[in-house]
Amino acid sequence: MTTTQIKHHPETLEAVIIRFVGDSGDGMQLTGTQFSDTSAMFGNDIATFPNYPAEIRAPQGSLYGVSGFQVHIGSVEISTPGDEVDLLVAMNPAGLKTNLHAVKPGHTIIVDTDAFTKKNLEKAQYESNPLEDGSLDNYRVIEVTMTSLTKEALKDVEGLDNKSITRSKNMFALGMVYWMYDRSTDHTIEFFKKKFQSKPALIEANTKVLNTGYYFAETLELIPNAYAIAPAKMEAGTYRIIMGNTATAWGFLAASEKCGLDLFLGSYPITPASDILHELAKHQHFGVKTFQAEDEIAGITSAIGASFGGNLALTTTSGPGLALKGEALGLAMMIEMPLVVVNVQRGGPSTGLPTKTEQSDLLQTLYGRNGESPVIVIAASTPANCFDFAYEAAKLTLEHMTPVVLLTDGYIANGSAPWKIKSVKDMPEIKSKIIREAKENWHPYDRDDTTLARFWAIPGTPGLEHRVGGLEKDRVSGNVSYVPDNHEYMVNIRAEKIKRVQDAIPELKPEFVDSGDLLVVGWGGTYGSIYSAVKHVTEEGVDTIGLAHFNYINPLPKNTLDVLKRFKKVLVCELNNGQFAKVLKQHFDIEILQFNKIQGLPFGNEELVQKFKQLVK
Amino acid sequence: METTVDNKYTFKDFASDQEVRWCPGCDDYVILRAMQKALPEMGVKKEDVVFISGIGCSSRFPYYMDTYGMHSIHGRAPAIATGTKLANPDLSVWVITGDGDSMAIGGNHFIHALRRNVDLNIVLFNNEIYGLTKGQFSPTSLVGQKTKSSPYGNTQPPFSAGELAIGAQARFFARIGGNTPKEMTQIFIESEKFKGTSLIEVLQNCPIFNDGCYDEFTDKAVREDRQLYVEHGKPMIFGKEKDKGLVLNGLKLEVVTIGEDGVTEEDILVHDAKEQDPTLHQMLVRLHYPKVTGIIRSFDDVTLEERKNDQIEQVKSNSKFSVTDDLFFSGDIYEVE
Repeated sequence: MTTTQIKHHPETLEAVIIRFVGDSGDGMQLTGTQFSDTSAMFGNDIATFPNYPAEIRAPQGSLYGVSGFQVHIGSVEISTPGDEVDLLVAMNPAGLKTNLHAVKPGHTIIVDTDAFTKKNLEKAQYESNPLEDGSLDNYRVIEVTMTSLTKEALKDVEGLDNKSITRSKNMFALGMVYWMYDRSTDHTIEFFKKKFQSKPALIEANTKVLNTGYYFAETLELIPNAYAIAPAKMEAGTYRIIMGNTATAWGFLAASEKCGLDLFLGSYPITPASDILHELAKHQHFGVKTFQAEDEIAGITSAIGASFGGNLALTTTSGPGLALKGEALGLAMMIEMPLVVVNVQRGGPSTGLPTKTEQSDLLQTLYGRNGESPVIVIAASTPANCFDFAYEAAKLTLEHMTPVVLLTDGYIANGSAPWKIKSVKDMPEIKSKIIREAKENWHPYDRDDTTLARFWAIPGTPGLEHRVGGLEKDRVSGNVSYVPDNHEYMVNIRAEKIKRVQDAIPELKPEFVDSGDLLVVGWGGTYGSIYSAVKHVTEEGVDTIGLAHFNYINPLPKNTLDVLKRFKKVLVCELNNGQFAKVLKQHFDIEILQFNKIQGLPFGNEELVQKFKQLVK
Repeated sequence: METTVDNKYTFKDFASDQEVRWCPGCDDYVILRAMQKALPEMGVKKEDVVFISGIGCSSRFPYYMDTYGMHSIHGRAPAIATGTKLANPDLSVWVITGDGDSMAIGGNHFIHALRRNVDLNIVLFNNEIYGLTKGQFSPTSLVGQKTKSSPYGNTQPPFSAGELAIGAQARFFARIGGNTPKEMTQIFIESEKFKGTSLIEVLQNCPIFNDGCYDEFTDKAVREDRQLYVEHGKPMIFGKEKDKGLVLNGLKLEVVTIGEDGVTEEDILVHDAKEQDPTLHQMLVRLHYPKVTGIIRSFDDVTLEERKNDQIEQVKSNSKFSVTDDLFFSGDIYEVE
């Protein structure tokens, strides 16, 4: 039943999963973020997962308007936001109804009983009140008249309208949870002071409600115990909590500073990638130019133009946007220019499930262009390492003069985790192929012998005037060429250039064991889920299960086949219908087992554990 | 950016070693030569000149210029050029496009480039036909025009490039016949001087698929009588005898004859290309007789890159972050021991 190694002694927990749910206007994302930040600063390892509807303000009380935020905190290593929850805070009946299935039986649910009105129960399609009909008998339900208590607490605060009063009830819930898990309210109070600098009434109100919730939990006998979660053992250093999309943005900032080229982002708003645009738009002080284009195509083509002009150029998107960018990506590949495309994958096909996660753009990314048009494809696997792989994408594109697609997904992009802060001075060098002087006999398609990357002459450099374009080029002069042999030669050399990237990327290192019965294979954003599940099985005594998680998809690490062959069975787990499994089968003549999930949700621990156990029997 | 250049170039300095492959008799040759002649007069350094084109006959243009250039993909040149100009505002960035490239497949980028007012020069080769794909109707083809894809006559009403452009906030619009190289050269020079997006529509004859489409006002025999070449600050007079002119009659432009019905030169409208209100410019664009050529609109405004760079400088001067470490180690950070 349980999904993590939780011992059921209420006073000493290693880890706990809490989910806050309510209307999309109830401030659940803020409540969750405050709790996770406070816990991280206390020293816990954390992982978070927001789950919100596509509608900005869905009708109040409706089932599809429920917004949730899950946080997993622990004194042990935390790899995922977790699946089954220990504590559910439900601000209304719709939240309860849509999330009850995730609560472990016997565990705690806090509800705002004021929200359980006849109207709200109807909207949530409850035939009877679950608080009264016995359907929650298997849970510890804490009923709190949260809205009334909030109003009462604020009756003497001046300068507040009714709306602001009701809205602050989420802070009552947060105060309660702070007390239950022995967390200080200081961080959140500091946050109010900053956020409402110009509105002292709101600072006072929110602080008051937060404290009221905190003291309410302390004094009420309804809450039997306070749970303590000790700090986790983490590598020493300076940390901050970071969201995947922020980490991605910052990775490019770091790369821009390291290579000395200004960063240019051409982008069109799309869920769940827009936060990268928002983040970079804030940082013009670093010379970043963000260009919100008229469409996805202009997003990538403006980036190609900026790259031609000598910037480190980037475009960000999600699945449908990548489809629109396909032709332009082919152009960037053909003219052999640096360009990074970030695809924050979401549920597809077509518009699909914009706010949900999936890994179903892999084949599109690898093959979704006309002609023979390979590009480098890499994938980040945790919110924090989005930083590293954004940096890596910039480094690879500048050093190999070919576009790089960085795949992340809604799950890690919106999830947050502690990040041990990296300084640019500790990041690897980036050696671009820029040439500043005209040498005799220079040609635009002269190549570096080792990497086959061509050299990069930027407009403004005297003597290096040249033309590039989408037509096939003569192998030496770069002039348009329709010569049959030359075309084949150029197709091969562009492919070989990608293959040689293998020499620049790390080998695949399996975790847990080097060889054995079962190799679990994953790629990209599923790392946390798969890692936790393999660890779980290992801790139960299985010592023949290994994990190979891929961050480099094209090209694959050199030793991929060696690693795969060291195990009797290979199981590829992915949130699609088997796309990476297809890629491996195409490369290697070995049997590949698959475990796929296509529900717009991350893997659950239990389903993976069961599958692994079945295969190692 | 205007830079003083010591060594004076000639048109040869801007010709690449590539063989020009347009059809014999095509106006594209005239445009190429006019551009190569105009560039040495612009005071820009050769290495700072960039030509970016889309797809179509016109878009082969960059290959023939010995400057930086990109022959890109269909319709996208204005977006690519916007990126290049934002990356390096010191460059002189030119877009080469056709009627299909700019107003069909690339319509969106075309209107948004004009709206934003990036300092680009867009040369639109308008031949009212698809040439490279061998003769289908384009978004500027006339209703009834018989083409490969409209054997019984085109049923789609055309765009007027100038109306579309000015409707999309174009600050600079010029129109010129494909057989008047001297004026064309001058317009290219003026468009480079202009800060903001310049659109130059060249009425370009396609001798293969749409021959003679502009003859009624570009043919040498009728040109002076059928074309009005406007110049800022000058009365709008045309005709072999310089006796025809434009006046405003109510809300309409009217052609009058100087010396008839008491009309004198004083009565003729004086062209004001710099006027912000585009109403009269739109009326000039729409006139069929006379066909108005020259710089119809040239309204000075702030460019996108000026706005962006000013903003960046301002943000920089107010920011507490100078390197990424300042950002990464700011705010809610904590130590783990």
